[in-house]
Amino acid sequence: MQTAAVETKALSRVFNPKKKKEGKSVTALDSVNLRIEKGELFGLLGPNGAGKTTLLKILSTLLLPTSGHAYVAGHDVAKDFQDVRRKINMVSGGEISGYGLLTVKENLWMFSQFYGIKSKVAKDRIDQMLETFGMSDKKDEKVRTLSTGQRQKMNVIRGFVTDPEILFLDEPTLGLDVNASRVIREYIVNWVGNGTDKTVLLTTHYMAEADQLCNRIAIINGGKILACDTPENLKKLVKMNKTFSLDVTLMNDKGALGSIKGVSNFTFSDLAETNLTRLKFVLEDDSAVSDIVSEVLRSGSKIVSLQKTEPTLEDVFIKMVGKGFE
Amino acid sequence: MTDSWLVRNLRAIRGRAYPRIIGSKREPSWLFFDIVLPLLTVSAYAYVYKFMTARPEFVGYVVLGGAMTAFWLNILWAMASQLYWEKEIGNLQLYLMAPISRMSILAGMAVGGLFFTTIRAGSTLAIGVLVFGITLNLADPLMLVVVFIATMISLYGMGMMFASLYLLFGREAYHMSNLMTEPVYLASGFYFPVKYLGPWAAAGASFIPITLGLDAIRQLFYPAATQDAFLPVTTELAILSVLCVVFMILAKYSLAFMENLGKSTGRLTLRWQ
Repeated sequence: MQTAAVETKALSRVFNPKKKKEGKSVTALDSVNLRIEKGELFGLLGPNGAGKTTLLKILSTLLLPTSGHAYVAGHDVAKDFQDVRRKINMVSGGEISGYGLLTVKENLWMFSQFYGIKSKVAKDRIDQMLETFGMSDKKDEKVRTLSTGQRQKMNVIRGFVTDPEILFLDEPTLGLDVNASRVIREYIVNWVGNGTDKTVLLTTHYMAEADQLCNRIAIINGGKILACDTPENLKKLVKMNKTFSLDVTLMNDKGALGSIKGVSNFTFSDLAETNLTRLKFVLEDDSAVSDIVSEVLRSGSKIVSLQKTEPTLEDVFIKMVGKGFE
Repeated sequence: MTDSWLVRNLRAIRGRAYPRIIGSKREPSWLFFDIVLPLLTVSAYAYVYKFMTARPEFVGYVVLGGAMTAFWLNILWAMASQLYWEKEIGNLQLYLMAPISRMSILAGMAVGGLFFTTIRAGSTLAIGVLVFGITLNLADPLMLVVVFIATMISLYGMGMMFASLYLLFGREAYHMSNLMTEPVYLASGFYFPVKYLGPWAAAGASFIPITLGLDAIRQLFYPAATQDAFLPVTTELAILSVLCVVFMILAKYSLAFMENLGKSTGRLTLRWQ
């Protein structure tokens, strides 16, 4: 079996208060078992306090597990942490790292030196990535003059510029506008998809982001992994009937539609202002759509639009946890 | 990343030294705060010695001591408290996650700090010489260089050790730095030869490398004033060499202890904890 990019076995982490009067111990991770293959863009989805950042800190050698084991690129994070560190990097959302008096390019160069990247190689990579992220015009600006979005783009570049095998991204688009988020997401997808076995472990509480980017997703809450699968398979866990909304030209004979096999909750309304009839119904199975369409056409009406509502990761999360994100 | 461990760490030292070196160019306000202001204290002592009609070398001692204060302040505020600052601004966890020795990060800070502070100290010395007209009779420049290097290595080694301790103490670090400023000026004899504190006090103060370093530097600039020397220069150099090794080892172990404690408790690398 190929070495996994990340593997955890019964991984637990308990935080004890400094003094007894400060409260009880907190179990941030509770027997977490995960296996992330090389080349995966893996998502860890959970609300605040679910244990996502704790897991990332253990995997990035900043925190020791209380019990269990974690391996990154085959190396034990507790014992072989120097080997792990050579192969990883991490970027967190809302990070304010670096020095304000340095320029963007100088800051990125400085961090690249901590990974032993040759100066020229680092500078070429930085120029190329600043171009990709639309930051070329900012390269000689002091970091303290950057906006939040520009600063986060710089942080993301910091993570990629050392060319790690495995990159941990802790809510990298937190608080960013649509454009900045889109640029970052596109870069992540391209980086993983370039066929060099690069792996990304992404934590997020943006469901759409996880759905859009990740090959597989683990849902975590209260330090426990509740489910782990592809977004499509996770959605199948929710046995939710598919709701259809069909707009057709004014239809007089609608009675037959409700009696088609597999159709339930059939309702209709005539929209006088548009001369359309809106049909709403629930199907147990998509195959009944053709019967509906045939019946509409037989009545002499024409289909104008059709909408289908499917389960989302949010529905999956609500099913698993019993509540949505705050 | 195929380069050797040594090359990687040398690059890390260069990388971390860079902000300090470039900082001196980008924030010229230090010219006033770090050169002109310390000269006021030097001036006060110099005039006291002049009015007391003390031997002329005493004004030279004060100027040399005033120049060396730059290094002590750099140790306290830019070495010892630096990891604490790095934690506050979010850099510490990036340093700890990097595949390099923690000593390289601190060595980078030390190299950058040393570069910057040597300019400051040199400026203070030059202005002091011009303003007070002191004469420096350097007989053995090579020995001066060796003593200065030994003093700086042991001093910055002590700063590296303090860096871990300050991180453990958190906000109390400010008080520690304040606590160690003026008392060390006195104990290490920044404005007078340390010999006049008495042998036991001078011996106790010798654990701070700048005490012996400053005494040796004064002896090298004023070789005739043997009555003001605490110990022979060669003895002081030997002790400084021992302190270099001791502080570097202590720094390495205290950094490892700090890192392990941080990884165990999770309290040292997170900004808000």
